[in-house]
Amino acid sequence: MRDYVSTRARVIPPSGIRKFFDLALSMEGVISLGVGEPDFPTPWNLCEASIYSIEQGGTSYTSNRGIQKLREMLAVWLHQHYQLSYDPDDEMIITTGVSEGLDIAIRAVTDPGDEVIIAEPCYVSYGPCVTLAGGIPIPVQCREKYQFRLHPDDLMEAVTARTKALIINFPNNPTGAVMRKEHLSAVADIVTDHDLLLISDEVYSELTYTGSHVSPATLDGMWDRTITLNGFSKAYAMTGWRIGYLCAPKEICDAALKIHQYVMLCAPVMGQVAALEAIRRGEDEKDRMVQEFRVRRNLFIEGLNRIGLTCHMPEGAFYAFPSVEKTGLSDLEFAEQLLREEQVAVVPGSVLGKGGADHCRCAYAVSRKDLAEALRRMEHFIAGIPG
Amino acid sequence: MDQKDLLLLRLLEENSRLSPEELGVMAELSPDEVTRRVAALEEEKIIRSYTTVIDWDRAANGGVAAIIELKVNPERDYGYDRIAERIAKYREVRSLRLITGVYDFQLTVTGKTMHEVARFVSEYIAPMDRIRETATHIIMKTYKENGQAFCEKEAGERIPYSL
Repeated sequence: MRDYVSTRARVIPPSGIRKFFDLALSMEGVISLGVGEPDFPTPWNLCEASIYSIEQGGTSYTSNRGIQKLREMLAVWLHQHYQLSYDPDDEMIITTGVSEGLDIAIRAVTDPGDEVIIAEPCYVSYGPCVTLAGGIPIPVQCREKYQFRLHPDDLMEAVTARTKALIINFPNNPTGAVMRKEHLSAVADIVTDHDLLLISDEVYSELTYTGSHVSPATLDGMWDRTITLNGFSKAYAMTGWRIGYLCAPKEICDAALKIHQYVMLCAPVMGQVAALEAIRRGEDEKDRMVQEFRVRRNLFIEGLNRIGLTCHMPEGAFYAFPSVEKTGLSDLEFAEQLLREEQVAVVPGSVLGKGGADHCRCAYAVSRKDLAEALRRMEHFIAGIPG
Repeated sequence: MDQKDLLLLRLLEENSRLSPEELGVMAELSPDEVTRRVAALEEEKIIRSYTTVIDWDRAANGGVAAIIELKVNPERDYGYDRIAERIAKYREVRSLRLITGVYDFQLTVTGKTMHEVARFVSEYIAPMDRIRETATHIIMKTYKENGQAFCEKEAGERIPYSL
Protein backbone atom coordinates (compact mmCIF):
# COMPACT_ATOMS: atom_id res chain seq x y z
CA MET A 1 0.00 0.00 0.00
CA ARG A 2 1.16 3.52 -0.73
CA ASP A 3 2.06 5.92 2.04
CA TYR A 4 -0.87 8.26 1.90
CA VAL A 5 0.51 10.88 4.24
CA SER A 6 1.80 13.96 2.47
CA THR A 7 5.39 15.08 2.80
CA ARG A 8 4.26 18.38 4.29
CA ALA A 9 2.21 16.68 6.97
CA ARG A 10 5.04 14.27 7.65
CA VAL A 11 7.74 16.88 8.10
CA ILE A 12 5.95 19.06 10.62
CA PRO A 13 7.02 18.02 14.11
CA PRO A 14 4.57 16.46 16.56
CA SER A 15 3.88 18.26 19.82
CA GLY A 16 6.94 18.13 22.05
CA ILE A 17 4.93 17.44 25.18
CA ARG A 18 2.71 14.58 24.10
CA LYS A 19 4.26 12.19 26.62
CA PHE A 20 3.91 14.77 29.41
CA PHE A 21 0.28 15.20 28.51
CA ASP A 22 -0.47 11.49 28.82
CA LEU A 23 1.58 11.22 32.01
CA ALA A 24 -0.25 14.13 33.65
CA LEU A 25 -3.63 12.69 32.72
CA SER A 26 -2.72 9.40 34.43
CA MET A 27 -1.86 11.14 37.73
CA GLU A 28 -3.92 12.41 40.66
CA GLY A 29 -3.60 15.80 42.32
CA VAL A 30 -1.67 17.49 39.54
CA ILE A 31 -1.34 21.27 39.73
CA SER A 32 -1.02 22.31 36.14
CA LEU A 33 0.94 25.42 35.27
CA GLY A 34 1.01 24.08 31.73
CA VAL A 35 -2.19 25.49 30.32
CA GLY A 36 -2.17 28.74 28.38
CA GLU A 37 -5.67 29.82 29.27
CA PRO A 38 -7.29 31.85 32.04
CA ASP A 39 -8.65 29.75 34.90
CA PHE A 40 -11.63 32.09 35.19
CA PRO A 41 -14.93 31.06 33.69
CA THR A 42 -16.15 33.26 30.83
CA PRO A 43 -17.91 36.28 32.45
CA TRP A 44 -21.52 35.27 32.87
CA ASN A 45 -23.07 38.12 30.89
CA LEU A 46 -21.14 36.92 27.81
CA CYS A 47 -22.50 33.38 28.26
CA GLU A 48 -26.00 34.73 28.88
CA ALA A 49 -25.90 36.81 25.69
CA SER A 50 -24.94 33.73 23.72
CA ILE A 51 -27.56 31.51 25.37
CA TYR A 52 -30.27 34.09 24.70
CA SER A 53 -29.17 34.35 21.09
CA ILE A 54 -29.43 30.57 20.66
CA GLU A 55 -32.93 30.65 22.16
CA GLN A 56 -33.85 33.29 19.58
CA GLY A 57 -32.67 30.98 16.81
CA GLY A 58 -29.23 32.48 16.28
CA THR A 59 -27.63 29.28 15.07
CA SER A 60 -26.93 29.90 11.39
CA TYR A 61 -23.88 30.93 9.36
CA THR A 62 -22.85 34.53 9.58
CA SER A 63 -21.29 36.55 6.78
CA ASN A 64 -17.83 35.21 5.92
CA ARG A 65 -16.20 38.22 7.49
CA GLY A 66 -18.22 37.86 10.68
CA ILE A 67 -21.20 39.68 12.17
CA GLN A 68 -21.28 43.24 10.84
CA LYS A 69 -22.06 44.79 14.23
CA LEU A 70 -19.18 42.95 15.87
CA ARG A 71 -16.72 44.22 13.25
CA GLU A 72 -18.02 47.77 13.52
CA MET A 73 -17.74 47.83 17.30
CA LEU A 74 -14.37 46.13 17.16
CA ALA A 75 -13.07 48.79 14.78
CA VAL A 76 -14.11 51.48 17.24
CA TRP A 77 -12.63 49.55 20.16
CA LEU A 78 -9.30 49.06 18.35
CA HIS A 79 -9.12 52.74 17.60
CA GLN A 80 -9.93 53.77 21.16
CA HIS A 81 -7.53 51.33 22.77
CA TYR A 82 -4.59 51.09 20.37
CA GLN A 83 -5.14 53.94 17.88
CA LEU A 84 -5.47 51.32 15.15
CA SER A 85 -7.54 52.27 12.10
CA TYR A 86 -9.18 49.43 10.21
CA ASP A 87 -12.27 49.54 8.03
CA PRO A 88 -14.71 46.92 9.38
CA ASP A 89 -15.99 46.20 5.86
CA ASP A 90 -12.74 45.71 3.96
CA GLU A 91 -9.88 45.28 6.39
CA MET A 92 -11.16 42.89 9.04
CA ILE A 93 -12.13 39.20 9.32
CA ILE A 94 -13.52 37.50 12.42
CA THR A 95 -11.62 34.21 12.63
CA THR A 96 -11.98 30.94 14.49
CA GLY A 97 -9.50 31.89 17.16
CA VAL A 98 -6.17 33.57 16.45
CA SER A 99 -4.98 30.11 15.35
CA GLU A 100 -7.04 30.33 12.19
CA GLY A 101 -6.13 33.98 11.68
CA LEU A 102 -2.48 33.02 11.82
CA ASP A 103 -2.93 30.19 9.32
CA ILE A 104 -4.82 32.23 6.73
CA ALA A 105 -2.47 35.20 7.18
CA ILE A 106 0.56 33.03 6.49
CA ARG A 107 -1.07 31.26 3.56
CA ALA A 108 -2.23 34.56 2.09
CA VAL A 109 1.32 35.90 1.83
CA THR A 110 3.66 32.89 1.54
CA ASP A 111 4.92 31.49 -1.76
CA PRO A 112 6.95 28.28 -1.97
CA GLY A 113 10.50 29.00 -0.90
CA ASP A 114 9.70 32.22 0.91
CA GLU A 115 11.55 32.58 4.16
CA VAL A 116 9.48 33.65 7.15
CA ILE A 117 11.39 34.76 10.21
CA ILE A 118 9.91 33.71 13.53
CA ALA A 119 10.86 35.39 16.80
CA GLU A 120 11.40 32.52 19.25
CA PRO A 121 10.74 31.13 21.80
CA CYS A 122 7.12 31.27 20.80
CA TYR A 123 3.79 29.56 20.43
CA VAL A 124 4.38 26.26 18.64
CA SER A 125 2.20 26.68 15.58
CA TYR A 126 4.05 29.47 13.74
CA GLY A 127 6.74 27.24 12.21
CA PRO A 128 4.42 24.39 11.14
CA CYS A 129 1.95 26.89 9.61
CA VAL A 130 4.78 28.36 7.53
CA THR A 131 5.92 24.89 6.46
CA LEU A 132 2.37 23.86 5.52
CA ALA A 133 2.13 27.00 3.39
CA GLY A 134 5.29 25.98 1.53
CA GLY A 135 7.48 28.55 3.19
CA ILE A 136 10.68 28.10 5.16
CA PRO A 137 10.54 29.04 8.84
CA ILE A 138 13.69 30.85 10.01
CA PRO A 139 13.95 31.06 13.79
CA VAL A 140 15.56 34.06 15.43
CA GLN A 141 16.21 34.04 19.14
CA CYS A 142 14.89 36.62 21.58
CA ARG A 143 17.61 36.63 24.18
CA GLU A 144 17.20 36.68 27.92
CA LYS A 145 19.82 39.41 28.22
CA TYR A 146 17.40 41.65 26.27
CA GLN A 147 14.49 40.62 28.53
CA PHE A 148 13.47 38.22 25.72
CA ARG A 149 12.78 41.09 23.34
CA LEU A 150 13.67 40.76 19.67
CA HIS A 151 16.95 42.60 19.19
CA PRO A 152 17.43 44.36 15.84
CA ASP A 153 20.95 42.91 15.40
CA ASP A 154 19.66 39.36 15.76
CA LEU A 155 16.88 40.09 13.31
CA MET A 156 19.33 41.58 10.78
CA GLU A 157 21.39 38.39 10.82
CA ALA A 158 18.36 36.35 9.81
CA VAL A 159 17.24 38.56 6.93
CA THR A 160 18.12 37.34 3.42
CA ALA A 161 16.99 38.23 -0.10
CA ARG A 162 14.32 35.52 0.22
CA THR A 163 12.82 36.82 3.45
CA LYS A 164 9.15 37.61 3.00
CA ALA A 165 7.76 38.15 6.44
CA LEU A 166 8.43 38.33 10.17
CA ILE A 167 6.16 36.84 12.81
CA ILE A 168 6.24 38.31 16.30
CA ASN A 169 4.09 37.83 19.40
CA PHE A 170 4.28 40.47 22.12
CA PRO A 171 3.29 40.32 24.96
CA ASN A 172 4.94 36.97 24.46
CA ASN A 173 4.01 33.40 25.09
CA PRO A 174 6.12 31.89 26.77
CA THR A 175 8.37 34.65 28.16
CA GLY A 176 5.90 37.40 29.06
CA ALA A 177 8.20 39.86 27.29
CA VAL A 178 6.77 43.14 26.05
CA MET A 179 8.22 45.24 23.23
CA ARG A 180 7.81 48.89 24.06
CA LYS A 181 7.57 51.54 21.39
CA GLU A 182 11.32 52.10 21.11
CA HIS A 183 11.98 48.37 20.75
CA LEU A 184 9.29 47.96 18.11
CA SER A 185 10.51 51.00 16.19
CA ALA A 186 13.97 49.47 15.80
CA VAL A 187 12.43 46.29 14.42
CA ALA A 188 10.03 48.26 12.23
CA ASP A 189 12.96 50.06 10.61
CA ILE A 190 14.44 46.76 9.48
CA VAL A 191 11.06 45.51 8.27
CA THR A 192 10.59 48.69 6.24
CA ASP A 193 14.17 48.81 4.89
CA HIS A 194 13.92 45.24 3.58
CA ASP A 195 10.37 45.56 2.35
CA LEU A 196 9.12 42.79 4.65
CA LEU A 197 5.65 42.06 5.93
CA LEU A 198 5.01 41.89 9.67
CA ILE A 199 2.57 39.38 11.13
CA SER A 200 1.87 40.53 14.66
CA ASP A 201 0.07 38.15 17.02
CA GLU A 202 -1.23 40.40 19.79
CA VAL A 203 -3.56 38.01 21.59
CA TYR A 204 -2.09 39.01 24.98
CA SER A 205 -2.28 42.77 24.30
CA GLU A 206 -4.76 43.49 27.09
CA LEU A 207 -2.49 41.69 29.54
CA THR A 208 0.18 44.39 29.50
CA TYR A 209 1.24 45.40 33.01
CA THR A 210 3.89 48.01 32.30
CA GLY A 211 2.72 50.97 30.24
CA SER A 212 0.20 50.44 27.46
CA HIS A 213 0.27 48.01 24.59
CA VAL A 214 1.77 49.38 21.38
CA SER A 215 0.41 47.86 18.21
CA PRO A 216 3.12 47.78 15.52
CA ALA A 217 0.72 48.80 12.74
CA THR A 218 0.51 52.24 14.38
CA LEU A 219 4.23 52.91 13.86
CA ASP A 220 5.40 55.11 10.98
CA GLY A 221 5.20 53.34 7.65
CA MET A 222 4.01 50.05 9.18
CA TRP A 223 0.24 50.00 8.60
CA ASP A 224 0.63 49.02 4.93
CA ARG A 225 2.90 46.12 5.75
CA THR A 226 1.36 44.68 8.93
CA ILE A 227 -1.19 41.97 9.57
CA THR A 228 -2.60 42.46 13.06
CA LEU A 229 -3.93 39.33 14.73
CA ASN A 230 -5.83 39.40 17.99
CA GLY A 231 -8.67 37.65 19.75
CA PHE A 232 -10.91 37.29 22.76
CA SER A 233 -9.53 34.10 24.30
CA LYS A 234 -7.03 35.44 26.80
CA ALA A 235 -8.39 38.81 27.93
CA TYR A 236 -12.02 37.72 28.24
CA ALA A 237 -11.46 34.10 29.32
CA MET A 238 -13.05 32.87 26.11
CA THR A 239 -10.63 30.19 24.90
CA GLY A 240 -13.26 27.59 24.05
CA TRP A 241 -15.43 30.02 22.08
CA ARG A 242 -12.77 30.26 19.36
CA ILE A 243 -13.02 33.91 18.35
CA GLY A 244 -10.13 35.91 16.96
CA TYR A 245 -9.72 38.52 14.27
CA LEU A 246 -7.40 39.46 11.45
CA CYS A 247 -6.87 43.06 10.39
CA ALA A 248 -4.85 44.00 7.33
CA PRO A 249 -4.82 46.31 4.32
CA LYS A 250 -7.61 45.44 1.86
CA GLU A 251 -5.47 43.57 -0.67
CA ILE A 252 -4.07 41.18 1.94
CA CYS A 253 -7.39 40.93 3.74
CA ASP A 254 -9.14 39.96 0.50
CA ALA A 255 -6.62 37.18 -0.09
CA ALA A 256 -7.00 35.88 3.48
CA LEU A 257 -10.78 36.09 3.15
CA LYS A 258 -10.74 33.76 0.14
CA ILE A 259 -8.92 31.12 2.18
CA HIS A 260 -11.20 31.73 5.17
CA GLN A 261 -14.26 31.27 2.93
CA TYR A 262 -13.06 27.95 1.60
CA VAL A 263 -11.76 26.40 4.80
CA MET A 264 -13.87 27.92 7.58
CA LEU A 265 -16.80 29.71 5.99
CA CYS A 266 -17.28 31.72 9.17
CA ALA A 267 -16.33 31.74 12.84
CA PRO A 268 -18.89 30.08 15.15
CA VAL A 269 -21.88 32.37 15.57
CA MET A 270 -22.33 31.61 19.30
CA GLY A 271 -18.80 32.81 19.95
CA GLN A 272 -19.28 35.91 17.83
CA VAL A 273 -22.35 36.87 19.85
CA ALA A 274 -20.42 36.40 23.10
CA ALA A 275 -17.57 38.49 21.67
CA LEU A 276 -19.98 41.29 20.81
CA GLU A 277 -21.17 41.30 24.42
CA ALA A 278 -17.52 41.33 25.53
CA ILE A 279 -16.91 44.49 23.52
CA ARG A 280 -20.12 46.11 24.74
CA ARG A 281 -20.09 45.20 28.40
CA GLY A 282 -17.05 43.11 29.16
CA GLU A 283 -14.54 45.77 30.11
CA ASP A 284 -15.02 45.69 33.90
CA GLU A 285 -14.74 41.92 34.18
CA LYS A 286 -11.71 41.96 31.91
CA ASP A 287 -10.03 44.62 34.03
CA ARG A 288 -10.76 42.61 37.16
CA MET A 289 -9.13 39.51 35.67
CA VAL A 290 -6.12 41.46 34.41
CA GLN A 291 -5.62 42.95 37.87
CA GLU A 292 -5.77 39.48 39.40
CA PHE A 293 -3.19 38.16 36.90
CA ARG A 294 -0.91 41.01 37.86
CA VAL A 295 -1.23 40.20 41.57
CA ARG A 296 -0.46 36.55 40.84
CA ARG A 297 2.49 37.51 38.68
CA ASN A 298 3.97 39.53 41.53
CA LEU A 299 3.49 36.69 44.01
CA PHE A 300 4.74 33.97 41.70
CA ILE A 301 7.86 35.71 40.36
CA GLU A 302 8.86 36.67 43.89
CA GLY A 303 8.34 33.05 44.91
CA LEU A 304 10.34 31.60 42.01
CA ASN A 305 13.30 33.84 42.72
CA ARG A 306 13.04 33.04 46.43
CA ILE A 307 13.28 29.28 45.82
CA GLY A 308 16.23 29.75 43.50
CA LEU A 309 14.69 29.65 40.04
CA THR A 310 15.90 32.89 38.50
CA CYS A 311 13.12 34.62 36.63
CA HIS A 312 12.91 38.03 35.00
CA MET A 313 9.77 40.07 35.73
CA PRO A 314 7.45 39.51 32.77
CA GLU A 315 5.69 42.69 31.67
CA GLY A 316 2.75 40.96 30.03
CA ALA A 317 0.74 37.77 29.33
CA PHE A 318 0.35 35.22 32.16
CA TYR A 319 3.55 33.25 31.89
CA ALA A 320 6.69 33.07 33.99
CA PHE A 321 9.76 31.74 32.20
CA PRO A 322 12.29 30.86 34.90
CA SER A 323 15.72 29.42 34.21
CA VAL A 324 16.26 25.92 35.57
CA GLU A 325 19.97 25.94 34.75
CA LYS A 326 21.08 26.12 38.39
CA THR A 327 19.34 22.83 39.18
CA GLY A 328 21.76 21.00 36.88
CA LEU A 329 18.84 19.45 35.02
CA SER A 330 17.85 20.11 31.43
CA ASP A 331 14.43 21.71 31.04
CA LEU A 332 13.02 18.40 29.76
CA GLU A 333 14.39 16.51 32.77
CA PHE A 334 13.20 19.22 35.12
CA ALA A 335 9.67 19.20 33.72
CA GLU A 336 9.39 15.42 33.69
CA GLN A 337 10.83 14.85 37.17
CA LEU A 338 8.82 17.70 38.67
CA LEU A 339 5.67 16.14 37.25
CA ARG A 340 6.54 12.60 38.40
CA GLU A 341 7.77 13.52 41.87
CA GLU A 342 5.69 16.54 42.85
CA GLN A 343 2.75 16.46 40.42
CA VAL A 344 3.39 19.96 39.12
CA ALA A 345 3.04 20.35 35.36
CA VAL A 346 5.20 22.95 33.56
CA VAL A 347 6.19 23.19 29.91
CA PRO A 348 9.86 22.56 29.09
CA GLY A 349 11.14 25.62 27.22
CA SER A 350 13.01 23.73 24.52
CA VAL A 351 9.75 22.64 22.89
CA LEU A 352 8.97 26.33 22.38
CA GLY A 353 11.82 27.02 20.01
CA LYS A 354 15.18 28.66 19.90
CA GLY A 355 16.23 30.17 23.23
CA GLY A 356 13.71 28.12 25.16
CA ALA A 357 16.20 25.54 26.44
CA ASP A 358 17.10 25.59 30.15
CA HIS A 359 13.83 27.35 30.91
CA CYS A 360 10.34 26.25 31.80
CA ARG A 361 7.08 27.95 31.04
CA CYS A 362 4.78 28.28 34.03
CA ALA A 363 1.34 29.73 33.40
CA TYR A 364 0.22 31.57 36.52
CA ALA A 365 -3.39 31.36 35.36
CA VAL A 366 -4.33 29.27 38.40
CA SER A 367 -5.64 30.33 41.81
CA ARG A 368 -3.27 32.00 44.26
CA LYS A 369 -3.74 29.01 46.55
CA ASP A 370 -2.59 26.60 43.84
CA LEU A 371 0.31 28.90 42.94
CA ALA A 372 1.49 28.87 46.55
CA GLU A 373 1.19 25.08 46.69
CA ALA A 374 3.02 24.71 43.37
CA LEU A 375 5.87 26.87 44.71
CA ARG A 376 6.02 24.77 47.88
CA ARG A 377 6.28 21.57 45.81
CA MET A 378 8.88 23.08 43.47
CA GLU A 379 10.99 24.16 46.43
CA HIS A 380 10.75 20.64 47.88
CA PHE A 381 11.71 19.18 44.49
CA ILE A 382 14.75 21.43 44.08
CA ALA A 383 15.94 20.62 47.60
CA GLY A 384 15.84 16.92 46.72
CA ILE A 385 17.97 17.16 43.57
CA PRO A 386 21.28 15.42 44.25
CA GLY A 387 24.47 17.47 43.98
CA MET B 1 -7.48 57.16 47.50
CA ASP B 2 -5.70 55.85 44.40
CA GLN B 3 -5.48 52.66 42.36
CA LYS B 4 -3.16 51.04 44.90
CA ASP B 5 -5.63 51.75 47.72
CA LEU B 6 -8.42 50.24 45.66
CA LEU B 7 -6.33 47.16 45.02
CA LEU B 8 -5.51 46.80 48.74
CA LEU B 9 -9.21 47.07 49.58
CA ARG B 10 -10.10 44.43 47.03
CA LEU B 11 -7.43 42.07 48.31
CA LEU B 12 -8.41 42.60 51.94
CA GLU B 13 -12.09 42.21 51.23
CA GLU B 14 -11.34 38.81 49.79
CA ASN B 15 -8.93 37.76 52.53
CA SER B 16 -8.38 40.05 55.50
CA ARG B 17 -5.67 37.78 56.95
CA LEU B 18 -3.02 38.76 54.39
CA SER B 19 0.09 40.22 56.01
CA PRO B 20 1.62 43.57 55.01
CA GLU B 21 4.50 41.58 53.47
CA GLU B 22 2.16 39.50 51.31
CA LEU B 23 0.06 42.51 50.37
CA GLY B 24 3.25 44.38 49.51
CA VAL B 25 4.37 41.76 47.00
CA MET B 26 0.92 41.58 45.45
CA ALA B 27 0.43 45.32 45.13
CA GLU B 28 4.05 46.25 44.33
CA LEU B 29 4.45 48.26 47.57
CA SER B 30 6.82 47.99 50.54
CA PRO B 31 5.35 46.42 53.71
CA ASP B 32 5.69 49.78 55.48
CA GLU B 33 3.78 51.51 52.72
CA VAL B 34 1.03 48.87 53.02
CA THR B 35 0.82 49.38 56.78
CA ARG B 36 0.63 53.14 56.34
CA ARG B 37 -2.07 52.94 53.67
CA VAL B 38 -4.17 50.40 55.57
CA ALA B 39 -3.95 52.51 58.73
CA ALA B 40 -5.16 55.52 56.74
CA LEU B 41 -8.06 53.52 55.30
CA GLU B 42 -9.00 52.41 58.81
CA GLU B 43 -8.71 56.00 60.05
CA GLU B 44 -11.04 57.20 57.30
CA LYS B 45 -13.48 54.42 58.25
CA ILE B 46 -13.31 53.03 54.73
CA ILE B 47 -12.20 49.78 56.30
CA ARG B 48 -14.91 49.19 58.93
CA SER B 49 -13.90 45.82 60.34
CA TYR B 50 -12.11 42.57 59.55
CA THR B 51 -14.53 39.71 59.44
CA THR B 52 -15.06 36.12 58.37
CA VAL B 53 -17.61 34.81 55.91
CA ILE B 54 -19.27 31.78 57.47
CA ASP B 55 -21.66 29.38 55.84
CA TRP B 56 -23.91 28.94 58.89
CA ASP B 57 -25.97 26.32 57.11
CA ARG B 58 -22.90 24.11 57.00
CA ALA B 59 -22.01 24.89 60.58
CA ALA B 60 -25.45 23.40 61.34
CA ASN B 61 -25.81 25.71 64.29
CA GLY B 62 -29.57 25.75 64.03
CA GLY B 63 -29.70 29.52 63.72
CA VAL B 64 -32.35 31.35 61.71
CA ALA B 65 -32.03 34.50 59.69
CA ALA B 66 -34.73 36.65 58.20
CA ILE B 67 -34.99 39.64 55.95
CA ILE B 68 -37.41 42.18 57.41
CA GLU B 69 -38.86 45.00 55.37
CA LEU B 70 -40.35 48.04 57.06
CA LYS B 71 -42.50 50.94 55.96
CA VAL B 72 -41.54 53.98 57.99
CA ASN B 73 -42.86 57.51 58.40
CA PRO B 74 -39.85 59.79 58.21
CA GLU B 75 -39.38 62.53 60.82
CA ARG B 76 -39.33 66.22 60.09
CA ASP B 77 -35.72 67.49 60.14
CA TYR B 78 -34.22 64.00 60.59
CA GLY B 79 -35.76 61.92 57.82
CA TYR B 80 -35.01 58.26 58.40
CA ASP B 81 -31.76 58.67 60.29
CA ARG B 82 -32.87 58.75 63.92
CA ILE B 83 -35.19 55.79 63.63
CA ALA B 84 -32.49 53.87 61.76
CA GLU B 85 -30.05 54.55 64.57
CA ARG B 86 -32.52 53.16 67.09
CA ILE B 87 -33.14 49.99 65.11
CA ALA B 88 -29.43 49.49 64.51
CA LYS B 89 -28.77 49.35 68.25
CA TYR B 90 -30.30 45.87 68.53
CA ARG B 91 -27.71 43.12 68.47
CA GLU B 92 -30.17 40.93 66.53
CA VAL B 93 -30.06 43.37 63.61
CA ARG B 94 -27.14 42.29 61.43
CA SER B 95 -27.64 44.81 58.63
CA LEU B 96 -29.89 47.74 57.98
CA ARG B 97 -30.41 49.66 54.78
CA LEU B 98 -32.64 52.41 53.42
CA ILE B 99 -33.97 51.23 50.09
CA THR B 100 -36.16 52.44 47.24
CA GLY B 101 -39.44 50.75 46.35
CA VAL B 102 -42.49 49.70 48.33
CA TYR B 103 -40.64 49.45 51.65
CA ASP B 104 -38.21 51.90 53.22
CA PHE B 105 -35.89 49.79 55.39
CA GLN B 106 -34.46 46.37 54.82
CA LEU B 107 -32.93 44.53 57.79
CA THR B 108 -31.36 41.18 58.27
CA VAL B 109 -32.14 39.73 61.66
CA THR B 110 -30.73 36.57 63.19
CA GLY B 111 -31.92 34.46 66.06
CA LYS B 112 -31.64 30.95 67.45
CA THR B 113 -35.13 29.89 66.39
CA MET B 114 -37.88 31.05 64.08
CA HIS B 115 -39.90 31.84 67.19
CA GLU B 116 -37.15 34.06 68.55
CA VAL B 117 -36.93 36.04 65.31
CA ALA B 118 -40.72 36.42 65.13
CA ARG B 119 -40.86 37.61 68.72
CA PHE B 120 -38.09 40.12 68.19
CA VAL B 121 -39.91 41.63 65.23
CA SER B 122 -43.33 41.72 66.86
CA GLU B 123 -42.17 42.90 70.29
CA TYR B 124 -39.40 45.33 69.44
CA ILE B 125 -39.51 46.45 65.83
CA ALA B 126 -43.19 46.53 64.84
CA PRO B 127 -44.39 48.55 67.85
CA MET B 128 -41.81 51.32 67.37
CA ASP B 129 -43.20 54.74 66.60
CA ARG B 130 -43.29 55.56 62.91
CA ILE B 131 -43.16 51.92 61.75
CA ARG B 132 -46.26 51.49 59.62
CA GLU B 133 -45.89 48.01 58.28
CA THR B 134 -43.53 45.02 58.47
CA ALA B 135 -42.91 42.05 56.19
CA THR B 136 -40.80 39.16 57.45
CA HIS B 137 -39.05 36.78 55.04
CA ILE B 138 -37.33 33.79 56.60
CA ILE B 139 -34.12 32.92 54.74
CA MET B 140 -34.36 29.34 53.57
CA LYS B 141 -30.97 28.88 51.96
CA THR B 142 -28.02 31.12 51.19
CA TYR B 143 -26.39 30.66 47.82
CA LYS B 144 -23.99 33.59 47.86
CA GLU B 145 -22.74 35.90 50.60
CA ASN B 146 -20.28 38.80 50.36
CA GLY B 147 -19.33 37.81 46.85
CA GLN B 148 -18.64 34.21 47.87
CA ALA B 149 -20.82 31.63 46.16
CA PHE B 150 -21.62 28.66 48.39
CA CYS B 151 -22.95 26.60 45.53
CA GLU B 152 -19.88 26.55 43.25
CA LYS B 153 -19.72 23.49 41.08
CA GLU B 154 -16.42 21.95 40.15
CA ALA B 155 -15.20 23.66 37.00
CA GLY B 156 -15.26 21.70 33.78
CA GLU B 157 -12.43 19.48 32.71
CA ARG B 158 -9.23 21.38 32.03
CA ILE B 159 -6.47 19.92 29.93
CA PRO B 160 -3.08 19.69 31.69
CA TYR B 161 -1.07 21.33 28.89
CA SER B 162 -1.58 23.69 26.01
CA LEU B 163 1.11 25.44 24.03
